[in-house]
Amino acid sequence: MIWDKKHETMPRGELTGLQGQRLRAIAQKVYNRVPFYKSKFDALGVKPADIRSIADIAALPFTTKDEMRDVYPYGLLACPLSDIIEIHTSSGTTGKPVVDAYTRADIDLWGESMARTLSMGGAGKDDILQNAYGYGLFTGGLGAHYGAQRIGATCIPISGGNTKRQLDFLRDFGSTALTCTPSYSLYIAEAGREEGIDFEKLPLKRGFFGAEPWSDNMRAEIEEKLKIKAYDIFGLTEIIGPGVAAECECQNLLHIFEDCFYPEIINPDTGAVLPDGEKGELVFTTLTKEGTPVIRYRTRDITYLTREPCPCGRTSVKMHRILGRTDDMLIIRGVNVFPSQVEQVLIKAEGVEPHYQLIVDRRDNLDCLEVQVEMNETLFSDELKVIEHKEKEIEHQLKEALLVHSRVKLVEPKSIARSEGKAKRIVDKRNI
Amino acid sequence: MNVQQISVFLENKAGRLSDVSAALKDDGINIRALTIAESANYGVLRMIVNNPDVAVSVLKTAGFVVKKNPVLAVEVDDREGILHDIMNLCGTAGLNIEYMYSFIEQVSGKAILFMRFEGTEAAEKVFADNGFRLLSAEEACLI
Ligand SMILES: [Zn+2]
Repeated sequence: MIWDKKHETMPRGELTGLQGQRLRAIAQKVYNRVPFYKSKFDALGVKPADIRSIADIAALPFTTKDEMRDVYPYGLLACPLSDIIEIHTSSGTTGKPVVDAYTRADIDLWGESMARTLSMGGAGKDDILQNAYGYGLFTGGLGAHYGAQRIGATCIPISGGNTKRQLDFLRDFGSTALTCTPSYSLYIAEAGREEGIDFEKLPLKRGFFGAEPWSDNMRAEIEEKLKIKAYDIFGLTEIIGPGVAAECECQNLLHIFEDCFYPEIINPDTGAVLPDGEKGELVFTTLTKEGTPVIRYRTRDITYLTREPCPCGRTSVKMHRILGRTDDMLIIRGVNVFPSQVEQVLIKAEGVEPHYQLIVDRRDNLDCLEVQVEMNETLFSDELKVIEHKEKEIEHQLKEALLVHSRVKLVEPKSIARSEGKAKRIVDKRNI
Repeated sequence: MNVQQISVFLENKAGRLSDVSAALKDDGINIRALTIAESANYGVLRMIVNNPDVAVSVLKTAGFVVKKNPVLAVEVDDREGILHDIMNLCGTAGLNIEYMYSFIEQVSGKAILFMRFEGTEAAEKVFADNGFRLLSAEEACLI
């Protein structure tokens, strides 16, 4: 179902007109009200009046995560603090957190964009939505919560963790929709299987997964194990939280809610805007946010955009799921390596579940990549040569995909640390 | 007439073998014969036990990756040259031995060879046709 027909199916000409109008207003607003942006505009010699259409966005300055941290806590506020009704922050594990402050209109916007997201995957007022995203400062929990309430679903705010209770609730309350990180959904599936739960018999129909990178293969595994349709959803705390982009029933690329969150792809080195189809760094501008509007935020996520029409009837631009991070991206002997590439290879290799870890080290001034893979029943054999053959085969496939040599190390099941939130995929031991 | 062998994936780190034996001991599993094949980082532990089905489920519960495979348990006299005779027989019959290990049965003084072939059934026939006695699964559990 299309939640907001007017905006989601707006003819492109009309849409770009609306974007231009909104960009001009937001540029004017941040210039007048946020000293941080006024000085950035002035440094580039650009005035809000220079913005006449959405194409003029390239004249505006970028905003980086570090800059947003520098003005912590209230430096991005574009309205009186008394108009703010809620505050979220990024995790701040690598420094001061980024603050996202919401006015009442911003919370409405958030609920609307999450309502679009959930409707895209077929959720509606008859759904019982088990929200296993963490509640709190993390935007996942409350974002999904506001969306669920907006579509009139029955929201169970169970939050993350306590897998035993997750399983009990799935069974006892007959949840039809699940929202959590993709890796946690697999964790739930695994725990359920150990408990002897037949997911075929549960009413669970659909899941909305995001907040960490995953792949089509992982989707296939989730759908097979939980017997559901798994939708990719995307968002960032710096922009609003979840509800920036989501997959429709076609499950082929994510529609960006570009009437509110305008995307660009740039060359991360030069800042030049790249045409549709080319991979680069994803950049977002909030066109309608009141509390903490952001101009051209550099996400450090790598993807590409396409404006080819979608069979679902929505006219919005679509993005490929995130292909990697400019900062998480491993550079091994000068070659860019993303964990997602490794994951694709491992799942294609016979029967290997995606429990793996990349260990990067430097020996004799040379980068070495070790890929630890947990042994499973399909890969195991009583004959050493059969295991060794499969190990070599995976190494070969990894070489093909990554273009750098790696060493595969088979390890015992459950020996790679799993957390209930994000899976740790990379251990970089290089001291550079 | 073949015997079920259990194989277990083990990383080469201290204490893993004793984890296996501890898990089995608690459930009254008796290991009759055992061998380990090793590579640099891991090994495959192969065992003949008195109750393969229970052993498999116990080890899986303990978190190990486990497999059950048929092997032949060939009873031979414990005498010089017997291994050579067996190799000749397999060579002539075109049987491919993946691996084998043996032990001496204490009561009868006979040697038991546990042999893993690419094709267990074909091998079984060759040994039977040439007058060798193959231990049944029940007998192997009792040795
Ligand atoms: Zn669509």
